Amino acid sequence: MDESEVEAPKAKPRPIVRLGIFLISHSLLFSVFCCTAGLLTLLLLPLLAKNTYISENALMPGSANPMLSSQEVSEANRLVKSLTSLDLQPKGSGIESQRLIAEFMSNLGAEVNYQKFYPRSNQFHPLHFFSYPDSGTTWVNVSCSSHGVNTIGIIRAPRGDGKEAIVLVTPYNPLKIGPGEALSLGITYSVFSLLTQVTWLAKDIIWLVVDSRYGEYAAVDAWLRDYHMPVFSGLGSVNAETCYGSNVQNEPKENLLTERKIHDGFRRAGTMAAALVIKVADRSEHFEDSLSIYAEASNGQMPNLDLINIVNYLAVHRQGLRVKVEKIWSLLNCKWLLILGEILESLGHVARSLNPQWKFGIPAADYVEGIATLASSLYYQALGVPTGPHGAFRDYQVDAITLEISSRVALNNKAKRNDFLLRGGWLIEGVVRTVNNLLEKFHQSFFLYLLTSPSKFVSVGVYMIAFALLVAPLPMVAASLYAEAHNVDPSSGKEKSTPSVRTTDELGITLTSCKWLNAAKIVFVVHLWGAVVSLLPYFICQIPSCTPTTRFGIWVLLSIFSLLILYLILGSPFSHVNASQPRKRDWVLLKSVTISVAFIGLCLMSVINFATAEIGALLMVPMCLMAQPLKLDVKSRSLRSFSRLVCNLALGFIAFPPVTFFVLKGVFEGFGGIAVGDFWNWLESIWEWSSATYLYLGMVYLPCWVLCIQVLCHRC
Amino acid sequence: MARLPRWTLPLFLVLLFQLLFSSGSVLRESDEEEFSEELLLRPLPDRKVLAHFHFESRAPPSLADSYGRHHHLFPKAIAQLVQKFRVKEMELSFTQGRWNYERWGGFDPISSKNAKPPGVELWAVFDVPQNQVDVYWKNLTHSLSGLFCASINFLESSTTYSAPQWSFHPSSGSLRYGTLPREAVCTENLTPWLKLLPCRDKAGLSTLMDRPSIYKGFYHSQRLHLTSGGLESGIILGQTLTVVLQPTSQRASGTSSGANLQPSWSLSSVFGRKVTTRCVLAKSSNVYLQLERGLVTELENLQKENPISGAVFMDSEELRSNPGFELSVKPDWAFKEVNSLHSKGLSVLYEYSMAKYNDSEPFDLTLTWKSPVVWSCPQAPLHASRFLMGSGNERGAIAISLISTGLKENFMGANFVEDRSKLEVDIFQVVPWYIKVYFHTLRVFVDGKPQALADVVEKMRVSPSEDKVSPGVMELLLKFPCDVESATLTLEFDKGFLHIDEYPPDANQGFDIPSAVISFPYFHESVYYLQDNSLNKAPMLSKFQDKSPVRSYTEVLLVPLTTPDFSMPYNVITITCTVFALYFGSLLNVLRRRVGEEERFLKNKAAKRGGRLPQLLSKLYAKLRGKEWESSPSSSVLSSLVNTKLILKLKRITANMKEARGKDVYPEAAEDLNLQVDVIPDVTAPSAGL
Repeated sequence: MDESEVEAPKAKPRPIVRLGIFLISHSLLFSVFCCTAGLLTLLLLPLLAKNTYISENALMPGSANPMLSSQEVSEANRLVKSLTSLDLQPKGSGIESQRLIAEFMSNLGAEVNYQKFYPRSNQFHPLHFFSYPDSGTTWVNVSCSSHGVNTIGIIRAPRGDGKEAIVLVTPYNPLKIGPGEALSLGITYSVFSLLTQVTWLAKDIIWLVVDSRYGEYAAVDAWLRDYHMPVFSGLGSVNAETCYGSNVQNEPKENLLTERKIHDGFRRAGTMAAALVIKVADRSEHFEDSLSIYAEASNGQMPNLDLINIVNYLAVHRQGLRVKVEKIWSLLNCKWLLILGEILESLGHVARSLNPQWKFGIPAADYVEGIATLASSLYYQALGVPTGPHGAFRDYQVDAITLEISSRVALNNKAKRNDFLLRGGWLIEGVVRTVNNLLEKFHQSFFLYLLTSPSKFVSVGVYMIAFALLVAPLPMVAASLYAEAHNVDPSSGKEKSTPSVRTTDELGITLTSCKWLNAAKIVFVVHLWGAVVSLLPYFICQIPSCTPTTRFGIWVLLSIFSLLILYLILGSPFSHVNASQPRKRDWVLLKSVTISVAFIGLCLMSVINFATAEIGALLMVPMCLMAQPLKLDVKSRSLRSFSRLVCNLALGFIAFPPVTFFVLKGVFEGFGGIAVGDFWNWLESIWEWSSATYLYLGMVYLPCWVLCIQVLCHRC
Repeated sequence: MARLPRWTLPLFLVLLFQLLFSSGSVLRESDEEEFSEELLLRPLPDRKVLAHFHFESRAPPSLADSYGRHHHLFPKAIAQLVQKFRVKEMELSFTQGRWNYERWGGFDPISSKNAKPPGVELWAVFDVPQNQVDVYWKNLTHSLSGLFCASINFLESSTTYSAPQWSFHPSSGSLRYGTLPREAVCTENLTPWLKLLPCRDKAGLSTLMDRPSIYKGFYHSQRLHLTSGGLESGIILGQTLTVVLQPTSQRASGTSSGANLQPSWSLSSVFGRKVTTRCVLAKSSNVYLQLERGLVTELENLQKENPISGAVFMDSEELRSNPGFELSVKPDWAFKEVNSLHSKGLSVLYEYSMAKYNDSEPFDLTLTWKSPVVWSCPQAPLHASRFLMGSGNERGAIAISLISTGLKENFMGANFVEDRSKLEVDIFQVVPWYIKVYFHTLRVFVDGKPQALADVVEKMRVSPSEDKVSPGVMELLLKFPCDVESATLTLEFDKGFLHIDEYPPDANQGFDIPSAVISFPYFHESVYYLQDNSLNKAPMLSKFQDKSPVRSYTEVLLVPLTTPDFSMPYNVITITCTVFALYFGSLLNVLRRRVGEEERFLKNKAAKRGGRLPQLLSKLYAKLRGKEWESSPSSSVLSSLVNTKLILKLKRITANMKEARGKDVYPEAAEDLNLQVDVIPDVTAPSAGL
């Protein structure tokens, strides 16, 4: 009895410690379980999605009847007609159409002004990655001919205090006005003309007619930059004035009233509450009139869910439009997804037959659609590139979405066109009226979500689980590897609990800590190399007249070269191993450190851009966990080790970023027409939008891949 | 005196005597309380109509001599206010909407005096020693708050008002100024204001104030101005209501020539009512129609084109044949502006006296436009606008931009002291304390070039804000060259943090920066009209002649501050409770546990109960594990199980936390609480089980 009393406290350390030890000792089982569960949770997300609801009570969407009448629509039709007739005439600068729009606006009593801007050359500025470069610098060497002109009309709310504004954006190319662009201008004009007469307006309305000849985003961004950070001094404004004079002021002043009202100065209207980009698709839809919503902004930022909810609610329940969000179409035809969907559906049926309260099954077709939408939602958030001009607003903390309305029938007939204008106008009017009701800014609903359909979403609390499950094995495995490296030399075998460690001599501890430092050094060097690799494109871009393929080649060569140099300077891991033979199992420590760094990197990335981290974890976690020297597997010659060998090789090959890119591209778009330069172009687009995904690829993913390859190639 | 016929004979005689007596006192002038009502109508260039009601009440200087505490016409509440709070001058305005300086003018007495910032503006000059001014101000705000059914009492807090020294008003020291930009203006503010009038809105011009129509307009500003000259000049109470209304008209379609024709309007179409009777207590009751300089110039040009008659429409006959517009009622008088510097294009004022109209023949003025006229209003030399720069929750900048209106040449000599070759601008800006303005970052750009402050700033007074005590005040006197095209001032600021209980309920809307006041000290907006008889000078016209600097207000700005997630305290409470529960659970566990005793107790119990099967099972289990059989192996299994459960629960809680951070949802938080309640029994379970 006395002996057991003495033994008991020793044998029983704190439960939490015991739990940790338990998990670490069963890390293989644990990691397999967690990874599978993480993947399954990701696939189950469409089932877990909740229906959207209007969270902010003040919004009250659709509580008022639309006031837009055929009078405004016929006015809008007149604008559309005169724009299309202008487009048929041969002309030069496209200033006529802008003048026409400005005249229409000022006849409504709006304040109108033009804003002149120069397209910005998108360059990779490593030091300004997250901040804006100086707006003054890029302006200097621009010739007068290459400028765009935005037309801005502002309605002041009659009884409002002018502190807030709602922005309507219609991009169009004045050099060539497409039918869709003309219609989108028509829809917005009809709403705008209605809003000049209504008494309920509490926020000012800004109609921004964007000159999209240098891209929609650039023009919207230029206007927003002038709105938020104007430059008062400098050459830019002077240059603009001289150019402007030559173009505009020579024109005869035919309409005194209009001329007087169109002011040269930049007009403003308070803090922006929300922005809507309105487009009309040129192609016609097959089934019914539909509305596409684009919401992703830079770095996976989303507008408040309420904004999407309002549009969805009004479009579906008031205007009877079919609302679509983007999805990856090739996933819709996936057999295995369909099978999975059917399994889940039947599971749902079974559950319902057991207890009618359990309702988690959804039809298989819905499930597949949900997965396709979810995948595209994840992809566009992970890419970090805005899906439309609305992305420029998010950079200034303004909630914005792009609405693309497409019609079922061709709109050549006047009656049909009027009907289309009326429906589109009602929708926009409803959204403006709802946002106008907003007392505070959008804050009530979610900012972090994934959409599985226009009316279903997965909130952060749910989709985080999948990521957490995927990432959870990493620290466990790292710890178990570390423990293994400590206890490999003593013959104590599987016993890894603390008491036995305590008994090992001091010498062993210092030896392993030395090894540990060595592994950490290698990891550090490789990550340093990763930073160098991500900086290299800045210099490569300076080389003039290169095809993307050659640039990519130069980049690869320089990267390898720099890796070699870094190894030369800071000591190669291989030479070290050669020098001291007994450290055969160095790779264990190396893998352990790699995994911990990958874990830290993934967790950091999940804070910056969750979708990137999620997709990255899908690739990185198996790769890191599986990595084991190939020689070991070759030596042991069992089925298990052989399969591991194959897995390792396949993962190591697929996870190489360019290969991943090409494989994914091939799977979704077909393997025809893949060029090596595509990868370079893709990367270029990512860093031009200063997406954090680029940093992730360069500083977390690539080093991790290199380290895993190093583990695979370890000589032991 | 209106009730005179009702009285019986003896009383009538007494009153007759009194009447004689009081008519004698009229000769002494200004000993009598006076009231006058006037309405000025002015067509505006953008198809709207300005209506400016002006009511003036005067109380004689030495109240004690004539009536004691009693008044005939003058509102008693105001007289008491003046007496009690020693108010020398005071102005209170309630405004809805914004005055459009570009379209409605910025260089005339109406725009300069009656264009006010949205919400409530109050300033007062007190006739008390410096150290007591604040006390009197606070009491005054409370009284006014009660009097006008508005939250003027919020101006009591020292963070909301300021004491401008020279830029706002020339009085020194005893002036206090405060604004409430977010105050909503409604009929409940108008009713007490109307109660101050002797006829209220039962008779006279104020009957025109049909609530739906005057609140439907584009601008609505109700103002109360009070001057008390102490014993010498008595109290003058001026009440004005300025509204800009849109006459209902058929929207002219398109850009055809019909679009430029101004809509015709009449009193009944604009207000929905007609003037039936005058307020019998009023000394004068007039309606004016004002044609601005720009309009008169255009009309003269029109007249030249179709030469029916030559001169300006001073004559009623010419008025009828005027090619621009037509008036339904012949004016009683027509005044022309007197201005030594302008020879042509002087504004014209038509006067209609309300004395001759009654119920059977109500006054309804109709103005019918005959040909399209486009004109513009006189502008202040510089058009001021203010905006915020930067984005994000950390810092930003305020920019005040002054742009030349280009019409300055016309006014260069107007009311301008010739020998000055510089354009002087006064800027008065109050900034709440949570907008931490760095005054050293003040930068001035003139025509796109940065200027040294010393070159531009003539005079400057800055009092930095003190957290939760006083707002930041900036008074600047700037001097620009006369040919300045544009000037911009920028001031950088950091956004401060408020204490959690200082946030208003709608904190997420953002916080207001009150309007800045821009005035031009050497430009005066006065307008003189040639009047036949200077004896019965109308009070409104004499107000027009006051030489006061042109003043304009900038926009109110909305600054989004960092607002805490207001469900966060709830989350904090939840997680704190969880931590406490864990702590106390394990503490109790440790304190209560006597391992040896427990084990002996359990062993005894097991031996006593002597269930064969469980013992066998546990022996088997121990064999399987390859360990020595112990009497109580279940405890460790139990505790480890409990722990895994615990860890899972904690994970879920943190997941919920993260979700709640993404959004303030209360149901989630409630779930947290449930979880937390779940956790506590689990934690205490091992100790209970053992």
